[in-house]
Amino acid sequence: MSKVAIIGGGIVGVATAYELAKLGEDVVLFEKSYFGSGSTFRCATGIRAQFTDEANIRLMKYSIERWEKLEEELGFDINFRQTGYLFLATSEEEVEAFKANIKLQNRFGVPTRLIDMDEAKEIVLILNTEPFLAGAWNPKDGKANPFKTLFAYLFRAKEMGVDAREQVEVVGLEREGDEITAVKFRSRGKVERVKVDAVLNATNAWAPVINEMAGLKRDIVPIKACKHQLVKTEPLERGQAEPLVCPPSWNDAYIIQDGEDGGIICGAGIEHEAKSLDDVEPTYDFLRGVLRYALMIAPPLRYAHVIRQWAGFYAKTPDSNPAIGKLLENFYIAAGFSGHGFMMAPAVARAIAELIAKGRSKVPLDWDWYDPYRFERGELRTSAFQIG
Amino acid sequence: MSDGMVIVCRCNDVTAEEIEELIDSGVTDIEEIKRLLRVGMGPCQGRTCMPIVISILARKTGRKPEDIPLPRARVPVRPVRAGVLAGGDDE
Ligand SMILES: Cc1cc2nc3c(=O)[nH]c(=O)nc-3n(C[C@H](O)[C@H](O)[C@H](O)COP(=O)(O)OP(=O)(O)OC[C@H]3O[C@@H](n4cnc5c(N)ncnc54)[C@H](O)[C@@H]3O)c2cc1C
Ligand code: FES
Repeated sequence: MSKVAIIGGGIVGVATAYELAKLGEDVVLFEKSYFGSGSTFRCATGIRAQFTDEANIRLMKYSIERWEKLEEELGFDINFRQTGYLFLATSEEEVEAFKANIKLQNRFGVPTRLIDMDEAKEIVLILNTEPFLAGAWNPKDGKANPFKTLFAYLFRAKEMGVDAREQVEVVGLEREGDEITAVKFRSRGKVERVKVDAVLNATNAWAPVINEMAGLKRDIVPIKACKHQLVKTEPLERGQAEPLVCPPSWNDAYIIQDGEDGGIICGAGIEHEAKSLDDVEPTYDFLRGVLRYALMIAPPLRYAHVIRQWAGFYAKTPDSNPAIGKLLENFYIAAGFSGHGFMMAPAVARAIAELIAKGRSKVPLDWDWYDPYRFERGELRTSAFQIG
Repeated sequence: MSDGMVIVCRCNDVTAEEIEELIDSGVTDIEEIKRLLRVGMGPCQGRTCMPIVISILARKTGRKPEDIPLPRARVPVRPVRAGVLAGGDDE
């Protein structure tokens, strides 16, 4: 049994702690604030296999298979529901692009199909069909509750002996040659250290800071924190807009009915560079902009009251694909998830846990595609299909 | 206050017992309690219930209520119709 330190208590760090404990490793997990406080508790809850490249489609197909069994495995209600994703096309060229994507997704077993607007209207009762020509519909996509999912993993991880510490910040790493030998952390104002056999950097937007602590170049994995926001309406009757509905050509604007209370969550690609890693201040231009799109997608929403707005980070790499793999002999990274880290977490956690514990993994994760050194080599992937 | 039927959060129907159980299971961060039970996440933004949640948490963890920070209030603090916020509504 070896001692593995995980830095970062978001969904990726917590799920990986669980998977490593299942493989018999001795895990210590550090979270500088409260669990989920980074991007995880600010996300839009969406889960989809509708990507536009083989690596992400295959990873997400596997991840959704994990999501389907997660509730049973963790013994906890996480409110995972396959309510689908509906992308909407506004031009003939876009319909052609949808067809090509659907063909690729079908090739890997993802059952997306092109639907007409009559069918779309049956699926999304409050949809304005007029601006759209057709939809790409995958009924297997869905959503889950991020709070419950994180805690389900956390409770089970703790039961298996994971030493999960919150309000404990990692402040340094000790390195000998190509190995990290100890982690320094601040707990209740005191700096302590623990010897480790391996370390995972799961700090997403903060990952460059941790890479620098490991003696690497800060930008070896160039991750930028971009502020993304959401607004949410008061609870509405269920079944009005359960799927995530998104016309990509309208600045990636989307709506999705919250699986928990039925409020409509509205997002869009109105992005701001974060002023600092504490900058989660909502902005007025977003509020106004996102609602304009939301009302064009679903006009009846104009009568709904908006009750909340919040901001979080998309931790973005230059190609919007995460960096997953090894940076040093025993120093690993899974970070830079852009807008899709929640949905990928069940797959990525298992893959990286197996890599750390056994040196290889059965998860269909394309290690070359997500190679953390690809930026250093100047090899970008085609951009992962990002929304919002 | 330990009667299980005491509703603390009227917006989201959360009882004192549920809050105490969660604290007993080891969840003592106000931000986590809020999200797991959705207490304080209703239309009133916790104005009604958060002071009570904080006093329960203070009592059960032996902390002073003033040492427990109130969770961040999310804008807008009073519900406004989407049509008005988006502009073009004649209200
Ligand atoms: C508005 C919005 C909508 C989104 N919608 C979706 C969606 O619908 N579907 C989806 O899949 N994804 C979505 N995402 C993205 C998703 O939230 C993230 O990709 C995912 O939560 C990343 O998880 P993580 O565990 O990698 O990172 P985080 O949750 O950010 O966790 C990293 C943690 O590391 C901690 N940390 C940092 N430095 C240190 C240190 N020195 N010591 C200890 N701890 C440290 C931080 O405090 C943080 O809690 C959305 C994001 C936003 C902002
Ligand atoms: S009473 Fe709890 S949010 Fe309103």
